[in-house]
Order: sequence, then structure tokens, then C-alpha cells
Amino acid sequence: MARSVTPRRKALNTAAAWSVGLLIFFPILWTILTSFKTEAQAIADPPLFLGFDWTLENYATVMERSNYGRFLWNSIVIAGGSTLLGILIAVPAAWSMAFVPSKRTKDILLWMLSTKMLPAVGVLYPIYLLSIQFGVLDSKIALVVILMLINLPIIVWMLYTYFKEIPGEILEAARMDGASLKEEVLYVLTPMAIPGIASTILLNVILAWNEAFWTLNLTAAKAAPLTAFIASYSSPEGLFYAKLSAASTMAIAPILILGWFSQKQLVSGLTFGAVK
Amino acid sequence: MGHIKLDQVSKTFGSVEVIPPLDLTIEDGEFTVFVGPSGCGKSTLLRLIAGLEDITSGHIEIDGADATLVPPAKRGLAMVFQSYALYPHMTVRKNIAFPMKMAGVPKAEQEKRITAAALALNLTDYLDRRPGQLSGGQRQRVAIGRAIVREPSAFLFDEPLSNLDAALRVGMRMEISELHKKLATTMVYVTHDQVEAMTMADKIVVLQAGVIEQVGSPLELYRAPRNKFVAGFIGSPKMNLIEGAEAAKHGAETIGIRPEHIEVSTTEGTWQGTIGVAEHLGSDTFLHVHGIEGCDPMTVRVNGELSLKHRERVYLTPNLTHLHRFGADGLRLE
Repeated sequence: MARSVTPRRKALNTAAAWSVGLLIFFPILWTILTSFKTEAQAIADPPLFLGFDWTLENYATVMERSNYGRFLWNSIVIAGGSTLLGILIAVPAAWSMAFVPSKRTKDILLWMLSTKMLPAVGVLYPIYLLSIQFGVLDSKIALVVILMLINLPIIVWMLYTYFKEIPGEILEAARMDGASLKEEVLYVLTPMAIPGIASTILLNVILAWNEAFWTLNLTAAKAAPLTAFIASYSSPEGLFYAKLSAASTMAIAPILILGWFSQKQLVSGLTFGAVK
Repeated sequence: MGHIKLDQVSKTFGSVEVIPPLDLTIEDGEFTVFVGPSGCGKSTLLRLIAGLEDITSGHIEIDGADATLVPPAKRGLAMVFQSYALYPHMTVRKNIAFPMKMAGVPKAEQEKRITAAALALNLTDYLDRRPGQLSGGQRQRVAIGRAIVREPSAFLFDEPLSNLDAALRVGMRMEISELHKKLATTMVYVTHDQVEAMTMADKIVVLQAGVIEQVGSPLELYRAPRNKFVAGFIGSPKMNLIEGAEAAKHGAETIGIRPEHIEVSTTEGTWQGTIGVAEHLGSDTFLHVHGIEGCDPMTVRVNGELSLKHRERVYLTPNLTHLHRFGADGLRLE
């Protein structure tokens, strides 16, 4: 029996949901609004909500002062590269954990996740030194590898959960039908897991795109992605809120657009297993 | 071809012995059914033959060659799973073609075999659909089609009909039997349904707790069950097993009499009881008679037209030529 909801109650629920949604979205909205203000209006007290002189001046300045395209390209390479590499490693790992588990599989999964509990700054020094020794400081390849390693536990977990939902009999059928392990993964498992793999890729791209600690600490000029582009507007000559906001808006725009178009996929990816 | 021989085959999972060492021979072209209650090891036995599980000890021989360590795909066997196990992302055509693609069968030959299989299984109109768009019976036929095109030396069926509704199950049962007559290929079929076993099998293997209780033709098992377990398992409704003084009269620990081998009378007979539940099937009626010592209730099969009332007193007389006697160890006494 469906629970009956009175119209009044429904209206209240809707209002509450919208309030929470707006509360979460507000900082982003404020950043976007501020990016269209002049520097003076940006720090006006009381703050101006909509009644200000809309201007694109900040965007023009930002575009003039820094090479947005290069930062964007670095972000794409780092987020895309680390995700791709991570998937290549995680698919076989998750396959073996889901379909040929050993006594310690659960422990390994937990152990992998436990690495996420370590504060990143704890390993900054060794990784920084290693990067110097390998001569990869301020290079995209270093960030691709490090971000891949950081997100690998999440990729493996997500894929493992997806693979667990694929009935083992189908893979056994493939084995009976003469498929080798490679053919089984290529023709049967992967196509069936495409929705899961897609959500995993999407989530991981977002995580890697927004990752700031390592990208800020291990890059200077050559490999700096959009996080460094934002950061470059927050210091030496004092704070310029409007320009900082414009830079931030430009940095998050691509991922926001990607997220918008794939929200259905994302939601199903984040709530997988909850509803069959 | 399709001769399968198990020699002292056993299987343990961890410390649990699922199948103690057993011997079994399945002749070429035979329809063999493994039947037994849930958890009796029948599916495990089938999976051992398929190679999906490794055997703990013993040897498996297929067509005279040792197949103990041969991977599933190389054993020349095809399997139909309970869940059908179709590839959901492929069309029916691609599902059926998959084993041939893996085996590197030329495209033209693939097409020929797909067309033939689709025709035989009534799937011609569905070749370009995906499994999700098919009914349960059609999915099952696709699974069978995928097995046929490989031209295996034997088919393995793992409870293939248990996901179908009752009417469809009877139909598919006939189709599989007809397929066996047509192909004359060895088939090994696992079921917990003794009706399926009786109607389809050339040879039934009754299993309990991983042990083979009896091997024989359906009628052998029906006429001369080797022990009390087989007696109770084969036949529907179940054989009545009577213990105590009545059994002692016949020099046995337990006697068994099938519901169809009991005469009912309202005036005289060996045993006296009252009618409880009566199940009317139309052609037959199954009476559950209460108040008989050593077996309560006793099931009796009578003509569907016979009208007897609830709580009515009746007399039952067993047909002594069909009486089964079992000793204290549960084994049949001759």
C-alpha cells in the first residue's frame, strides 16, 4: 500500500528539498554571480545579490593574463589519463575479486580502502622527493600516475560491486562456449558492465578534475591544471574576488557541463545496488 | 559419441565432502537424469562433468579419453543453465553464434547452423531480438539453440525447466525429449522433479547427500526401489510406508504400498480408516485416509468419479503383488 501524502505535506517536503538543494548550490551560484561583478561590488557590504552592474571585464582580464587553454588541456590529460589507466588496472583486479575470490579478498578490499584514510600530506614529502629523483616533478605523467593511485581503490570498489551483480552462470556459459579468459572479459563481462564502467569513469574524472592537493604541490608551470589556474588568482598581489570567481567559474564549467549531461548515469552510478 | 565415465570421482568444498567417491557410466546416446532433493549434490556432479568445478579425486573419462584436467570448452560438452545464462547484450542470433565464433567456424557454416537451429526451435522470427524481449520459454529455447549448434558429444541440462510456469514446463519437457530422439545425442539432465525424471529418462540416477541410491530405468525404479529413500522419492503421489505391527506381519521392518495399488471399499477390507482431505484431479482422486496404524494419513488413488464423503468410513486392501518390503537397514527385502 502506498503511503498517503496530503497536499500540504507534499508542499512542505518540496520546499524542504529545494532549501537543501539551494543551500548546497549556493556557494557555486555566489561564485558565478561574483564573477560578473566589479572588484568593488564583489566586496561590497552588505553584499549585492542581483542588483549590480553586470560585466564581463573579469573574464577578459583572466583570459588576457593567463593561458586558460593550456591549463584546460593539462586538466583534460591528467583527469582523462589517470582515469583510463585506473580502469585498465581495475577491470582485471575487480574481475578476479568478484569471480574468483580468495579467503582474503574482503580484507584486500578493505585494506585498499584504508589507504584513503591516510592524510595525503603524510606522504607528500616522500612522493615529492621521488618525483624529483625520477625527474618527473611538474610533469603530467607524474600526476596521471599519482591521481590514478589515489583513486584506484574507489574504481576497484565500484567495479567490484558492479561485477558482483553479473550472474556467474553467464560467465560459466561463456566458458562452456569455448571463450578464453580474454574473450570472456572482452565479449561478455565488459559489454554487460558498460553502464557500471561508464559511471565509474565519470565519477573518477570528476574526482581527478577537482583534485587540488597533489596538483598544486607537484606542479609549477608546465603541468599545472585548472586547480593551479584558480590558485594563481588567490595570492601575491592581494585578493581579487571577482577575478578569482571568474577563474573558478571557467575551471568548473567543463566538469559542470559534463555532469549536467550525464546526471542520470551519475545518479545510477552512485546509488548502484540500492534498487534493482 | 558421448560416453561419459566417472571413476571414483569425489568433491569436497573446504572440509565438507559434498560427493563421496562414486562410479557412474553414462552410455552413448542415453538420456540420463540425476534426481534428488535439494542439496543432494546432483548439480555439483553435473558441474564436475562439465569441468566448471575441479574434482577432488578420481577420474572423468569422455569418449574414452581422460578429461579430468581438460578445461570445460575442450570437453566437447554443451550446457543449458537453470537461469538460461544468455548474453543479455547480444541478439538471439549472436547468442547462438557465440560458441561457433569462439570455435572459429566459418561465417557461412554459422549462418547455416543458426537457420537450422532457429527452425527446429521456432525461433526464426526472434533472431534479431535480445533475450530481454523474449518470454521464459523462448529464452530457454535460445539456450538450447546455443547448445545445439556446437554439435556437442553430450548435452548437460541443469534444472532447465524450473524457472518456467507449469504449463510451459510440460511443453518444453516434450520438446527436449523429442530433440533427444532426433539428435540421438547423450543428454545428462539434472532435476529435483521426479515427474520430469520419470517422463524423460532412459536412465535415472537417484542421489541423496552425494551418494547414488539407485541407478535404473524409470520403471525399474518404480517397480523395485532399492531402498526406502528411492521408494519414497519416485512416484507421485508418494508411496505409503507403513511401520510397526502391520509391517511385522509381512516379516519386514517397513512395508510400502503405492496409492494406486490399494483397493477402496465401503464394506470390507484389510485396514479401516476415515476419509480426510480428498484431492480431485478430475481423472483421479487422491484420498487421504486417517486412522490406519503405522501410516497416517495413507494416500489412496481412486477413480475420479468415485464419490465418497469427508469423514466417511472406508476399508482399504493392498494389492499384495505390489507390496514392497524393507529391512531395518532400509534396504529392500526380496
